[in-house]
Amino acid sequence: MKCTEFLRELSDYLDGKITEDLQAELDEHLHWCRECHVVVNTTKKTIEIYRDNQIYELPTPLRNRLHEAIMTKCRHSKETKKDI
Amino acid sequence: MATIQKRADEGVSDELTLVQQAKDGDLEAFSELVRRYDRNIFRIAQHITHNEEDAQDVVQDAFFKAYRNLEQFQGNSKFYTWLVRIAVNEALMKLRKRRNDRTVSIDEDVETDEGSMPREVADWSPNPEQLYGTSELGDILKKTIQGLPPGFRTVFVLRDIEGLSTEETAEMLGLSVPAVKSRLLRARLQLRERLAKYFKFKKDGDGQR
Ligand SMILES: [Zn+2]
Repeated sequence: MKCTEFLRELSDYLDGKITEDLQAELDEHLHWCRECHVVVNTTKKTIEIYRDNQIYELPTPLRNRLHEAIMTKCRHSKETKKDI
Repeated sequence: MATIQKRADEGVSDELTLVQQAKDGDLEAFSELVRRYDRNIFRIAQHITHNEEDAQDVVQDAFFKAYRNLEQFQGNSKFYTWLVRIAVNEALMKLRKRRNDRTVSIDEDVETDEGSMPREVADWSPNPEQLYGTSELGDILKKTIQGLPPGFRTVFVLRDIEGLSTEETAEMLGLSVPAVKSRLLRARLQLRERLAKYFKFKKDGDGQR
């Protein structure tokens, strides 16, 4: 297996969505290829670091404000619908 | 600490009840649906638009649009999937307006050399989180993901950050499953390569800058 072939399967490999046979082939490649080994580990870390450090949390005051605005619009639209 | 977000596959049946109640005019039921997903929608909108004001608009517009069009929601898909689809469209519209550019789309496909070996194969320090403070790390993560084309980062956000399946992501974005897979792979590899710049394992002799 070549590195390019390994990389094509990288996503499914990381997601654990491959057959046992392919898994064995990929593991075999990883065993001797340091570069792909590094790519696997750092890509895994990339996903984890984005998952563990939510960068766009919605602050509670803003959340409440948005919620209020949404519900006001909905209430208004419901009332005008009724009037028609 | 980040709170654990409700997954989209949680409480599906009680969700359909809420949707039905909202359709019947129960605003409290709709309010509950907003509370359930507003954080996710805000996050997705921020990732696509890179602009907090736009993201706030997207949250409001997406939920209001969902409310107005609730009758069109048939219950064939999850409410969340349907909602995200509306929000992604709203967010892309905002992005286009900002950039004054009609070409921004989820179909945007930048490179085709997906089999090529990443250029940067330097290993990372054992724990990049320890290299930077929380806010500094946040800035690095923002800057890095913002550099990806919208089509790539949207797929990465839905798949890897929001934890949706490839099939759900494809459905939401109106893309084929192979297209989602190819974008996800390239998004992951590009992010990895860009982050390496910050997290590269410092060898002896790599002087501090
Ligand atoms: Zn290799």
